[in-house]
This record gives sequence, C-alpha cells and structure tokens, in this order.
Amino acid sequence: MSDATHAEHHHTSLDVDNRKLGMWLLIASECMLFGSLIVTYMIYRGQSVTGPQPAEVLDIPVTTVSTFVLLMSSFSIVLALAGIQRGDIAAFRRWILITALGGLTFLGFQAFEFTEFVHKGLGLTTNVFGGSFFMLTGTHGTHVAVGVIWLLSLYFSSLRGRLVEDGPLKVDTMALYWHFVDVIWIVIFTVVYLFVYV
Amino acid sequence: MADHAHGQEHAHPTPGTYAKVAAILCIVTAVEVWVFYVDTLKFALVPILVVLSAVKFSLVAMFYMHLKFDHPVFTRLLLIGTLLAFGVFLWLLALFTYSHPILQQAA
Repeated sequence: MSDATHAEHHHTSLDVDNRKLGMWLLIASECMLFGSLIVTYMIYRGQSVTGPQPAEVLDIPVTTVSTFVLLMSSFSIVLALAGIQRGDIAAFRRWILITALGGLTFLGFQAFEFTEFVHKGLGLTTNVFGGSFFMLTGTHGTHVAVGVIWLLSLYFSSLRGRLVEDGPLKVDTMALYWHFVDVIWIVIFTVVYLFVYV
Repeated sequence: MADHAHGQEHAHPTPGTYAKVAAILCIVTAVEVWVFYVDTLKFALVPILVVLSAVKFSLVAMFYMHLKFDHPVFTRLLLIGTLLAFGVFLWLLALFTYSHPILQQAA
C-alpha cells in the first residue's frame, strides 16, 4: 500500500484524520463524565454529617505545586510535539520523558494527599465529601496514569523506530488527551480546592 | 499528500509562543492562589476564580490543543461537549438542590 493510499484511509470527508477526530469525540464525551462528577461533588459539599470536612484536610500549597507540575507537563508535551514535527527525535524523546516525569510527579503528590487524608480519618466511605472527592480526583488520577503509560509507550516506540510513519500525528493525538487531563484539573483545582470556604 | 492531509490546518505555534503561554498559565495560577488568601477579595472570590479558570482553559485549548489553528470541527466538538456537560451540571444541581427530599430535609 502506498503512503498516499494509507493516509487516505485515515481521512474523513471533513478532510481531517479520523484518529484525531476520534480523540476529539472522546474528549467531548469525557467532558460530560467529569461534568457529572464535579457537580456530584458540589451537590454533596457541605452535606457531610460527620467529619472530616474539606477545610480540615485540603492542603492548598501542596496542591498548588502539583497543579504547577501538571501545567508545565502540558508545556513539555507541546515541545515534544514540536520536536517530532521538525524531525528532531532527540528533542522529542527528551521532552516526552520530561512530560511522563511530570505526570508521575503529579500522581506522587496525589498519592501523598490521599495517604494524608486517610491518616486524618477521611476514606471513600467516611462521608459524602470523602466519597465524591475520591471519586472525582481518583477518576482524574486514573486518566493521568493512563496518559503516563501512553507517553512511555510513545517513547519506547520511538526507540524501536516505530514512530517514523505518522509519528507527529500519534504524538499530536496523545498530546490532545494530555491537555484535556490538564484542563480538567484546572477546573477541579478551582472547584474543589479554591472554593473550599465558599 | 501532506497538504491534502492537513488542508484545513495552519502552522502550529513556535516554541517561543508555547513558552509565553506557559508563563501566562503560571502567572494566572499564582494570581488564583493569591486571590484565595486575600480577605478583602473574599466577596468576589467565585467570579474572579471562574474567570481566571476560564482564561487558563481557553489558553490551553486555543494554543496547546491547537484549536486556534486546526479544523473548526474540533472546536465545535469541544463546544458541544462542554455545553452538554454544563447542561448536565445545571440540571443535576437544580434537581438535587431544589427537589431532592433528603437535602430539603437537611436544609
């Protein structure tokens, strides 16, 4: 199969690649998933009969640092994309690894936060705050973990020379997922953490 | 072929533009946290934080997700998803705030 025929097989009548369109459809559906989880958290916020309450456990400075790390990982993945688009595979590998490291650091912060909460007596079934909080942030954390695995798979694919054909598109599609995880955290950080006293 | 494949797409931003966006994102996050700790701004905390979050969301979507440069169908898909999510958000909030018997009892 020629390159032209192969590429045409991945294009829709809109003249966009169907893999990228598929990622945008996933993102659109994920908006509704996270929208439901965020509103569930908001509905149950302040309804807990027993403690701990949000203001007793949420640590704004620590979460600000993890937010910064996730925002910077969005920056590093666009640099990885720019690297592979100009054929600089060394730059791509460097920035994709830095992005994965950023994702792992964020997950480390989340594991630290969850452990602290459990030590303070807040579990998934302690009260409605615990249930809705862990469900929301845990679902987001799972998305970050999937993203890290995807990032590392792209890195190892590049080591094996499998990113030659459609490499930029594969990285672009993955980057979309990563940025979506980032923008969802922007909303969660505001609604869950900064609205804690509202 | 490449022209055909990316017929509706314009050139992506340069690393310099990405760096500027990253700097703005950091500054806006710092402002968010600063606003959170300033007592005199407590009365307007929600609208300020909503606007700042919307700014960050838009910057990431436009520049990092390339919506400003890519095919308009992607922007429409994100808008549809966001609007549906916002609709679900408002509907559930209204349902549970005004008509749920347990919450009404608690209030």
